[in-house]
Amino acid sequence: MPRPADVQATDVAGVVSASPGAALEARDLRKRYGRREALRGVSFSAARGELVAVLGPNGAGKTTLLSVLAGLTRADAGTVSRPPSEVGWVPQQAALYSKLTVVENLRLFARLERAPDVEGAVARMLDQTGLADRGRDQVGVLSGGNRQRVNIAIGLLGEQPVLLLDEPSAALDPRQRERMWEFVGALAAEEGTTVIYATHNLQEADRHAGQVVVLADGERLFAGSPRELEATVEGSGAGDFEASFVAFLSDHGH
Amino acid sequence: MGWLLLKDLRILRRSPLLVALLVLYPVLVAALIGFALSRGPERPRVAYLNQLPANDTTIDLGGERIDLSRYTEALSANVETVPVASRSEALEAVREGEALGAIVIPPDVTQRLQSGLEPASLEVLYNAEDPVKARYLQDLVKSQVQDANGVLTRRFTEVALDYLDLLVRGGDLNFLGRQFNVLGLERSERILRAALEDLPARSSARPPLEQVIGFAALARENLDLADDALTAVGSPIQVRTQVVEGSSASLSSFAVAVAVTVTLMFVTLLLASGLLALEREENAFRRLVRGLVSRTALLGEKVVLAALCSLAVALVMLAGLALFVGLDFSRAGLWALALAGGALAFAAMGVAIGALAREVRAASLLAFMVALPIAFLALVPSGAVSAGLYGAIRFVSALFPFAPTLDAVEAALSDAGDLLVPLLHLLALTVGFGVIGRLGLRRFG
Repeated sequence: MPRPADVQATDVAGVVSASPGAALEARDLRKRYGRREALRGVSFSAARGELVAVLGPNGAGKTTLLSVLAGLTRADAGTVSRPPSEVGWVPQQAALYSKLTVVENLRLFARLERAPDVEGAVARMLDQTGLADRGRDQVGVLSGGNRQRVNIAIGLLGEQPVLLLDEPSAALDPRQRERMWEFVGALAAEEGTTVIYATHNLQEADRHAGQVVVLADGERLFAGSPRELEATVEGSGAGDFEASFVAFLSDHGH
Repeated sequence: MGWLLLKDLRILRRSPLLVALLVLYPVLVAALIGFALSRGPERPRVAYLNQLPANDTTIDLGGERIDLSRYTEALSANVETVPVASRSEALEAVREGEALGAIVIPPDVTQRLQSGLEPASLEVLYNAEDPVKARYLQDLVKSQVQDANGVLTRRFTEVALDYLDLLVRGGDLNFLGRQFNVLGLERSERILRAALEDLPARSSARPPLEQVIGFAALARENLDLADDALTAVGSPIQVRTQVVEGSSASLSSFAVAVAVTVTLMFVTLLLASGLLALEREENAFRRLVRGLVSRTALLGEKVVLAALCSLAVALVMLAGLALFVGLDFSRAGLWALALAGGALAFAAMGVAIGALAREVRAASLLAFMVALPIAFLALVPSGAVSAGLYGAIRFVSALFPFAPTLDAVEAALSDAGDLLVPLLHLLALTVGFGVIGRLGLRRFG
């Protein structure tokens, strides 16, 4: 069966090869909703095993960018170097069946992903997420943190080289957040998975991301490391990522 | 699609309260509708005053004795009687609301009927505050009086015919205890002809005698024809019934068809719309359609699952009802066919509703809001509204699966009408609503 998302990626602007060393490259992505431009020629690239944080104020276009990369939304113009089938996607809100157990959720999506070894994939995900002892519990009774871990595990079932996370820690308490980042960091470091995540949490961007992409009003204002962003800001903001970020936006009229 | 279907079945199995409500509520509603359709109006309370003397309830018509109490008892048997002693009491009972109406049978009914010269009359008093019951009372009295009139008219006609036969052919007549021999027109004519032959050819008595013979012959021939005329007068209007529109199903099988169709509608609509809305409520929809399942396959899975589940419920319900109503089990294959056609169309309509809603609760509410009016519209009988409005109602009903499903189920239950046409209608609706549902899902990426 042809996958609509695959077709969509080809329709947008064709799947183009990435620059050498880039696991994912987006070029000149444009998206318009009526009269509003959600993306205005956004480009960036992410290396293998890199963590990329997409930052910006509300309405900046972060979720639209991730939706285009995931193949959920058709861009009006631009190219993405990988088809959606090669990109794992973890939505902001857990996309799980609360009446099914953790194992049943994982097994269902592994089958739909056509995993060659369904039970093996389920066991691996239970192990990676540390949920082996909760496998028989219905998702509806899990804590928000554990639900998010299952949510991420499902996004990883396809073993795609790129993983998109939309506000992954929004519903988690500090301890759960820490455990999640340990898990995601291990994915990038040990599996070489490129992780692109949208977040409002500047501390998380500063601590975990190798690259931050700053969007505002659909426009990419910056792409580089957190230190590079700090360096662009003169004065008191230097050395404090959060203050630098605010100053950076202010300098650009946001 | 198979894995999704199994997943939905597992979710349903783990929601026993929801499933129980989903099945029991429509069955309860359907049973109530069916019960309301299959029983007549409640018997009205009627003041009943029978002033006929107990020993004077029979009349003798040509030797046949007709007991009028048989008809007066039938009048009282179909109402809840409130005994009264006088006409004023009857009037008071109606006025005070103790009784909806009153039937007064005056004491001279027997004498008047026996005389054959004056019509007898009954008196019906009623309170029109409840039009349905008042109409029922009027219809009841009319039908019972019509029955009595029918019997009396037939007997009066037979007596008249006997007298005519006596006039034409002659014979013995018993009158006031005395036996008479009536000559009759035939014998009169024969005697007169014999007398005419004995008269001289030029006798002056011949012309008047020939005139009398001619009159007797004419009277005999015409009175012979009076048999048919009097029979026709005895029942001047005969009723022939023919079904022009709608099925000729019995009331009980119609009520069963309505009950089963209502159940099928509710279960399928709620299930199909709810299952599709659940994918969105659980946020799984976008994950699924991101290459794992096509939107069309997702829609098809919901339609098939909802149709199969509701078909099973409806078939079990029908089989249960068949034990009480006496349906023909040899037609079970047709039942399944009709219900399957309806289930698919309702399921397609359900996913169209589910595609509009983001939550199961919203989808269920929307399904209820849509289902009830289309069911009631389809049940509006012709004649209840103006012709133009009825045409509009039929047109609107044809756009939804209830009316064709009801037609199909009726046809399957009792051979009342064609099964193929409603099935084709349902197929078209399945495709139509499927397309609407698919277009609805395009909005959600």
